[in-house]
Amino acid sequence: MQLPDAEILFKNLAKKIQSDGGKDFVLVGIHTGGVWLAERLHQELATTQPLGTLDVSFYRDDFDRIGLHSQVKRSEIPFEVEGAHIILIDDVLHTGRTIRAAINELFDYGRPASISLATLVDRGGRELPIATQYTGIELALPADKMLELKRGKSGKLSLNLYDKSLPE
Amino acid sequence: MINRNPQLDENGVLQHLLTTEGLPASILLHILDTAESFVGVTERDVKKIPLLRGKSIFNLFFESSTRTRTTFEIAAKRLSADVINLNIAVSAQSKGETLLDTVNNLSAMNADMFVVRHAQSGAAHLIANHVQSDIHVINAGDGSHAHPTQALLDMFTIRRYKHDFHNLRVAIIGDILHSRVARSQIHALTTLGVPEVRVIAPKTLLPKMVERLGVHVYHDMAKGLKDIDVLMMLRLQNERMQGANLPSPEEYFKYYGLTPEKLLLARRDAIVMHPGPMNRGVEIDSAVADGKQSVILPQVTFGIAVRMAVMSILAGNQG
Repeated sequence: MQLPDAEILFKNLAKKIQSDGGKDFVLVGIHTGGVWLAERLHQELATTQPLGTLDVSFYRDDFDRIGLHSQVKRSEIPFEVEGAHIILIDDVLHTGRTIRAAINELFDYGRPASISLATLVDRGGRELPIATQYTGIELALPADKMLELKRGKSGKLSLNLYDKSLPE
Repeated sequence: MINRNPQLDENGVLQHLLTTEGLPASILLHILDTAESFVGVTERDVKKIPLLRGKSIFNLFFESSTRTRTTFEIAAKRLSADVINLNIAVSAQSKGETLLDTVNNLSAMNADMFVVRHAQSGAAHLIANHVQSDIHVINAGDGSHAHPTQALLDMFTIRRYKHDFHNLRVAIIGDILHSRVARSQIHALTTLGVPEVRVIAPKTLLPKMVERLGVHVYHDMAKGLKDIDVLMMLRLQNERMQGANLPSPEEYFKYYGLTPEKLLLARRDAIVMHPGPMNRGVEIDSAVADGKQSVILPQVTFGIAVRMAVMSILAGNQG
């Protein structure tokens, strides 16, 4: 299957957020792919506010099944969440469970004025009532496939599709 | 029979934390890295995360302790677990049977984790061997054997201030003989690759054949503190002293108490640690304990994050 070019999708996404601009928003990326995108967007959109990052491991709903195996990164929210307009950024939107965890975590920092969601790919398959406001592309994918964002040595972004049953 | 580490399951996954002895560096570092992200949580306004919601953690303290019990309690509460504190004063007659009966009763109340402090070495091991495979045990100090979470929070503190274990000289100073903290520190330091670990103490406060743990032995502070990056002070354990190990606390302070003058013998950027509670004027001078090089209070703060990390890693490793 031919996957779209992540760099082109990124440009689309940046344009959509820009054209909607005017509001004083802050960017929060979700580890790991979402943080790469947020860093690029932060540059591209020349936002003055510092960038936030979230690792939602401590808020996931599958801890009882899979535990804390992967490397947990530190969440950094270097601005006042109370009253902020936040754009949450992730690479791929699928079940919506990661976004649910991220929203819960953000509320432990304060009560934002609004949260919207920007993702590079919306692959459908939602299990929760969550929608994106900004999307690079909508892509229907079989449930047994994993779509992952990769970042090359030069910083170039690309998409990768593999079978869920196989380790990365 | 395979002689495997009782803390690990057949796949090498951590099920209990009983001692730092025999744990691979990868597990120690995973705990330290996870603790690093919990430090971020403890700096927020809302210091609670939902990770262990619905879990019951029993603090089983057969020996009195304020700081350790409190930090375990705070750690569990910040993870949203239910914490039940049991301070069980045991009489000298109490034997293993009573201990396991207590554990059986608490297991029947659907305990998920036991944090155990006991005056007898091996108490936490005994409980870990006894409980069902889905219950996890953390040793919060057993006799003069081990105190792994203290050692881990010490490693965390060292890494925070010194960044790398591989170029350090570390001295552990004081009552090594009675100290479970010292044993756990030595195992953790050597596993994490500290090239030179020294112990500095009078002969009467050193266990026999302590060199076998891979440490260099000094009886003299002036020699032992030369080029040292990290000073790990130990409490003089009056309550564990039997017979005349020492002439007097004053005499001990004269030779081994850490004063500003003695601290000058170590590297200028050396850090001073102490597991608490401190005997000011016995093993440490107030001017050092409250001085610029002291990281004693940060140790306490980091202790919460480290205990959160241990609890959440264990709870996530289902047996």
